[in-house]
Amino acid sequence: MSVKHDKNIIEIEDISFAYGSTAVLKNITFNIHEGDYLGIIGPNGSGKTTLLRVMLGLVRPSTGTVRLFGQPLNKFRDWSKIGYVPQKATNFDPLFPVTVREVVEMGRYGKRGLARRLTLSDQLIINQCLHNVGMLEYEKKLIGDLSGGQQQRVFIARALAGEPKVIFLDEPTVGVDVQAQEQFYSLLKKLNLEFGITLVLILHDIDVVANEATEVACINQTLIYHGEPKEFVKGDYLQNLYGKNIRHILHGH
Amino acid sequence: MFQIFHYSFIVRGLEAGLLLAAIAPLVGIFLVLRRYSLIADTLSHVSLAGVALGLLFGINPLFTAVGASVLSSVAIEKLRLSKKIYGETALSIFLSSSLAFAIVLIGLAHGLNANLFSYLFGSILTVRPIDVYVMVVLSAIIVILLLIFYKELVFISFDEEAARVSGLHVGVFNLLFIIIAAVTIALSIQIIGILLISAMLVLPVVTALQFRKSFKTTLLCAEAISLSSVLFGIVASFYLNVSSGGLIVLIMLAVFIAVYFLKKQKSGLIGW
Repeated sequence: MSVKHDKNIIEIEDISFAYGSTAVLKNITFNIHEGDYLGIIGPNGSGKTTLLRVMLGLVRPSTGTVRLFGQPLNKFRDWSKIGYVPQKATNFDPLFPVTVREVVEMGRYGKRGLARRLTLSDQLIINQCLHNVGMLEYEKKLIGDLSGGQQQRVFIARALAGEPKVIFLDEPTVGVDVQAQEQFYSLLKKLNLEFGITLVLILHDIDVVANEATEVACINQTLIYHGEPKEFVKGDYLQNLYGKNIRHILHGH
Repeated sequence: MFQIFHYSFIVRGLEAGLLLAAIAPLVGIFLVLRRYSLIADTLSHVSLAGVALGLLFGINPLFTAVGASVLSSVAIEKLRLSKKIYGETALSIFLSSSLAFAIVLIGLAHGLNANLFSYLFGSILTVRPIDVYVMVVLSAIIVILLLIFYKELVFISFDEEAARVSGLHVGVFNLLFIIIAAVTIALSIQIIGILLISAMLVLPVVTALQFRKSFKTTLLCAEAISLSSVLFGIVASFYLNVSSGGLIVLIMLAVFIAVYFLKKQKSGLIGW
């Protein structure tokens, strides 16, 4: 599927946010286009998670508006277009008694509506999502019994189950080993290129942004840069943000 | 052998007890997984204040207990959301102040008599026919609501944020759930007593969790433990002439201990 990256699906306009008197985000404006693979990066405490939460309507900005698919957030109702993979480590209890399949079913509820049961066609879509992330054979396992990388793929399957147009991911590879990270990023690439799903990721690894993403948004309270990763890596942005030894930090591990 | 069923108070006690045994794990599984277990204790003490109000004004204590418990549950949820006060601080304020209310009101009503003891530890002798009817209606409503919104509640309990992004009105469900929990707790007062309610809500669920199965299987397993413990507990309490509430909880505890060590042995981790 080829996508032109010229249709705005998320419009962020003059967003500011403050906790009490501490400014977290200041006057952020940019658009996310259909088919983008956007990596959001920035130092710790730069407000990137807050920005993601503002886009999802989880927190209300002090000023500014976000439009999803042309609709302002407070009027937006078509949430099944949005898939969300929260930061895993803080959001789930390994002892929680749910199987892989039960987790992916959750992603289908929004499509079905309140109080309705999932139908056979829903179950087939869930099978397909599990298959796409390579987790179908694990469907009866408890989510807490899987490795970090496998769990993350299950959460992708859950996001896919609602047949979304865009998936938001908050630092998806925290706690995932390096080999599984590679598999994970090739899965994301497949979703972006083959299924045409727009991806918005918070990332902490600048190499991943450079190699995987088609767009980068660099945030440090204000929007420092938004555009192609190549230009970003060439520029002085990184040094200004992280200090002179950024290259050593990135390649030293 | 079946002479026990000639006593109408035993039959009523069994009816009421089994109704509770059926709804307790449905509510308890969400309380346990959401780390809300302490709310059960708090609301049970609030229910005691409700009972005291009923005794003072000559109203059926079951009604006043349900009323007090539901009103407080809404207030607790609002306080928790306001974030001006820590969640567990709100709970302990409600717990001790409603106990204070209860003790003063009961003193005004009758003086501290044996009746209080049956509310603290449960006694099927206090269950009247009207109580059973009220329990049937309220339990049916609770079961229907929980079955209708089962998948939403599972989603919210597992991942509240993703549930919110999927378009669910999480606040509405949280409020609905805490009201359901409040009604369940108020209903259990006569059978199990305020001091033992949280054990009845929590123990079968915690036992079932040891099996590490799917959500559905865990819930069914908790139901089986709950129903059989209550049935066995009430019948045995009749023959042994001891408190039914205490015996039910002891049976649940025994099942938990047995399952816990059985699973531990199986996974090869013998000993503490």
